[in-house]
Amino acid sequence: VENVRLLDRLSSRKATLGTLYLTATHVIFVENGSEGRKETWVLHSQISSIEKQATTATGCPLLIRCKNFQVIQLVIPQERDCHDVYISLIRLARPVKYEELYCFSFNPKLDKEEREQGWKLVDLTEEYNRMGVPNNYWQISDVNRDYGVCDSYPTEVYVPKSATAHIIVGSSKFRSRRRFPALSYYCKDNNASICRSSQPLSGFSARCLEDEQMLQAIRKANPGSDFLYVVDTRPKLNAMANRAAGKGYENEDNYSNIKFQFIGIENIHVMRNSLQKMLEVCELKSPSMSDFLWGLENSGWLKHIKAIMDAGIFIAKAVAEEGVSVLVHCSDGWDRTAQVCSVASLLLDPYYRTMKGFMVLIEKDWVSFGHKFNHRYGNLDGDPKEISPVIDQFIECVWQLMEQFPCAFEFNERFLIHIQHHIYSCQFGNFLCNSQKERRELKIQERTYSLWAHLWKNRADYLNPLYRPDHSQTQGTLHPQMAPCNFLYKFWSGMYNRFEKGLHPRQSVTDYLMAVKEETQQLEEELEVLRERLANLQKSQLNDNKAKSKRQDRSKELGLSTANNSLANTPQEYSNDLKSFPSRSPSQGDEEDSALILTQDNLKSSDPDLSANSDQESGVEDLSCRSPSGGGCLPSEDSGKDSDEAVFLAV
Amino acid sequence: MEFAELIKTPRADNVALHRPFYPAVEGTLCLTGHHLIFSSRRQDNAEELWLLHSNIDSIEKRFVGSLGTIIIKCKDLRIIQLDIPGMEECLNIASSIEALSTLDSVTLMYPFFYRPMFEIVEDGWRSFLPDQEFELLSSVTDEWRLSCINKEFSVCPSYPPVVIVPKSIDDEALRKVAMFRHGSRFPVLSYYHKKNGMVMMRSSQPLTGTNGRRCKEDEKLINATLRPGKRGYIIDTRSLNVAQQARAKGGGFEQEAHYPQWRRIHKCIERFHILQESLIKLVEACNDQSHNMDRWLSKLEASNWLTHIKEILTAACLAAQCIDREGASVLVHGTEGTDSTLQVTSLAQIILDPRCRTIRGFESLVVREWLQAGHPFQQRCAQSAYSNSKQKWEAPVFLLFLDCVWQILRQFPCSFEFNEQFLIMLFEHAYASQFGTFLGNNENERSKLKLPQKTMSLWSWVNRSEELSKFQNPLFEANSLVIWPSVAPQSLQLWEGVFLRWNRPSKFLDEAQEEMISIIRYNKELQAKVNALRRQLAEMETDERMQENL
Repeated sequence: VENVRLLDRLSSRKATLGTLYLTATHVIFVENGSEGRKETWVLHSQISSIEKQATTATGCPLLIRCKNFQVIQLVIPQERDCHDVYISLIRLARPVKYEELYCFSFNPKLDKEEREQGWKLVDLTEEYNRMGVPNNYWQISDVNRDYGVCDSYPTEVYVPKSATAHIIVGSSKFRSRRRFPALSYYCKDNNASICRSSQPLSGFSARCLEDEQMLQAIRKANPGSDFLYVVDTRPKLNAMANRAAGKGYENEDNYSNIKFQFIGIENIHVMRNSLQKMLEVCELKSPSMSDFLWGLENSGWLKHIKAIMDAGIFIAKAVAEEGVSVLVHCSDGWDRTAQVCSVASLLLDPYYRTMKGFMVLIEKDWVSFGHKFNHRYGNLDGDPKEISPVIDQFIECVWQLMEQFPCAFEFNERFLIHIQHHIYSCQFGNFLCNSQKERRELKIQERTYSLWAHLWKNRADYLNPLYRPDHSQTQGTLHPQMAPCNFLYKFWSGMYNRFEKGLHPRQSVTDYLMAVKEETQQLEEELEVLRERLANLQKSQLNDNKAKSKRQDRSKELGLSTANNSLANTPQEYSNDLKSFPSRSPSQGDEEDSALILTQDNLKSSDPDLSANSDQESGVEDLSCRSPSGGGCLPSEDSGKDSDEAVFLAV
Repeated sequence: MEFAELIKTPRADNVALHRPFYPAVEGTLCLTGHHLIFSSRRQDNAEELWLLHSNIDSIEKRFVGSLGTIIIKCKDLRIIQLDIPGMEECLNIASSIEALSTLDSVTLMYPFFYRPMFEIVEDGWRSFLPDQEFELLSSVTDEWRLSCINKEFSVCPSYPPVVIVPKSIDDEALRKVAMFRHGSRFPVLSYYHKKNGMVMMRSSQPLTGTNGRRCKEDEKLINATLRPGKRGYIIDTRSLNVAQQARAKGGGFEQEAHYPQWRRIHKCIERFHILQESLIKLVEACNDQSHNMDRWLSKLEASNWLTHIKEILTAACLAAQCIDREGASVLVHGTEGTDSTLQVTSLAQIILDPRCRTIRGFESLVVREWLQAGHPFQQRCAQSAYSNSKQKWEAPVFLLFLDCVWQILRQFPCSFEFNEQFLIMLFEHAYASQFGTFLGNNENERSKLKLPQKTMSLWSWVNRSEELSKFQNPLFEANSLVIWPSVAPQSLQLWEGVFLRWNRPSKFLDEAQEEMISIIRYNKELQAKVNALRRQLAEMETDERMQENL
């Protein structure tokens, strides 16, 4: 479709004209104009909603909201075209078969071997070995060999040695969807462990001997402690309501030596609504500070993030400080349980704060234990009530921790954002389906590629420059501040306003430091080369005096080495290199040029305030209209001083 | 000495000091004329706390049996608790602190007694003189002159003795203009934008009153700054409503009819008690110990602090935009022209002028646009967030300015020579200091107090290399461009370094800062080594070649 206008989300005045293409996998908008035609590519699987708005004089507006928080506003001149695009997109954004997803057609031009290597990058057997299991207390059980006991569990499950197949099967029958207690994290230093399961089918009074034995086995696998924490991550009221349906929670009287604890995290429906409300706040056009803060509070989002963090902190404390094992569950044990177990693991074990370890963590607590990626993130058309930002919340928890512990993580914010993006993109096979079983049936590993290999290949982009393996923050358990430090939890504009570049800091400290570090590395190399040359030269000068006859040869040699060196490094090259780093270029480049770059950058940056418009006059007018006037929150467009503004416009 | 009379109990033993995030320490408390000194007796980690009495904002006392507790809330927002055994000692100490922290006379303040322990390399009182500023200006334009009309502070009591005005306006006209402006603050030059020759001026409101008085000289003065055929903008930091109401009290704004070449824009920036209340509410929210996320956000919102930040930054950006993008001159004023006006003019300069983003340049900006421009520091900073007095002069105007600078610094972390610590240091010294820089309300009062002769300047201390190194931003790379900050709510954050400084653990953030510094330091060291080697090699190679040529 031609002559489509792409509107800037924050300013209706700015629009670019271009052509809209629909392909089998992407929506592509290509700007008109000869030089550097900007293209916007959106994967169909990223589309979360499409809205056709009332036709206006200029055309028919189409609003596309994406799961990675991009919002695209198009105006299509012909109503009919718009309708066609709308209908096509509705269909394309809601595939019904896995085979329709992008990962089955995506080909990064790797051969078979490379693809297999990619899938092997993250190996959970290796990971459990790293943790120190199997050992005297824990073993692999083959009870779920053919997904015979629990179809949402992996085939290889780690359980206490004293738990016989009879106990496991008995326990599984007493748990929702047969998700029996299994090992999530084992702490080598003190034998304490984190186990996970679903809720028991206790109703008001039911008991199960095997389940009681199972919990006892978990407790006994930690000989240093005489009790076991059972953490129910639901609000107490929800758990009690479940009893009426024959489900519920453990009765302390029936299980020997357990301490039962509720840590209330709301369910997926509350979380979905909360995100929805927060995104509405992010989408407000020129909100006042009050609108924004009030909306943020009203969404409850940060409150939920804190609840998840608090549960994770509680468990990490129990394991690291008290040396007590913990069994975690919620209802089905695949959402809140996954969040809480992975936050606790992250706090406990520095390995999970490395790039590789983080991939392993997601693979362990989310992918292998049957987090329902397909349902939660709506990869295939399904029940909208199943959709919920469960892993998004976990990823945000990690970001909040990164803000509090800037040196503790090997990876940076970009790494998290890209993982979030690909959970929805379906470009890689990792997060397809709802369980390991389904993935095996689909032969995902043979037909698609692994995200982890892709990220690993580009790991230089995802490094945190402040991370050092020998730094004190990198070691041991992280101890985040508990309440009352509510203020530690902040709105993550890097994620939720990811595409509004104008809102973010204009210079990135991370990029700057990465550039410095890269330069440092080059300097180190050059230093080595220079030292060598100096040594050679000194030697040769010595030789020189001795044997003048060989001079001819030697000078040739010298000429050669000089040439080599100038190829390798000259000061000129450094600054050129550095120019490619955005943070450094404005200050390093030549003045006129960089001035141009920066202003353009500013103007195009979809900043709602100063540079919302690419032409300078309206930029000013835009600003004066936008700011609150008269102490109220209304934009001054609507207030008494309009007359002044109007004239201002005409300047 | 008279302080002795106020100190009934100069010393108490077995006092316990409580601070957030630190274990309680036992030690000895001493009171001197200007300080409260606490020293722990423990040998292994002897530590001393020196607190200026003038830093104390409020003091509370409580008793449990004979154990008295004093809670001291400071102007830098820290709260400490002292447990003092003995009811009488405790009462004595409390009343002494109260008396000593609220001394009436400026000349009893610590700066008049402070004797520096460091060598003075450069006298800060002479570091930023208007003449130097004018010299810089005259190298690029000759349209302005230095007027000594206010030599004896006779024309405008809150202006410095010399001001920069358009060359075409003589002192006689200035005197007439002064009569037409609130507090005689006639329009003077605030900033000259070298890039296009546009200027920013500041003044107070014109005294038009209800019957629309006009003053030809005033019109001529500000028109003198316009290029032929060009228009200018008047940024009034009040809402149109407030400006209209001001007419009833003799004030007002420039009427279009009399200033046809000027467009007026009203940008409402709050002042006085509204700001003070905002600060009190914000600090209360930050100190709130309740365990509830919603409560924190709603209290943050209700404080309106960030709303004020947004308003001020927006107005400053607008001024900067008029000058740089519109190529127009700007006049900024509110009512008195001593508060919101200065926030706008100084922030606009930070956006426009790279020099203001250096340490030296920022100091000069504070001197020019705040101290010499007559921001009444003594009145505004008499009390901070814990005060319960209802004095209406107090307002965190300067703190808001520093906060706005921090917001820009956060968005452009590589464009400032100074770091957050530098801004925090200025905040502390504006409220309580051993230096005389922020005493008095204007140059007139400072000269009467003979501050340059009797006290030490903050700049004398800061501008020594030992101190400067603490305030340098390791990421700084001179950026000669205009920097446009975003003022969207998502881009503005609470300044944790000030407001959460005492109630959040900072260890991990400090470590990150150190890591950053060491990365950059190592890079610079390597660079130096490589350069040295290169030079050495080059020399040797030339030697060689010369030898060969022989």
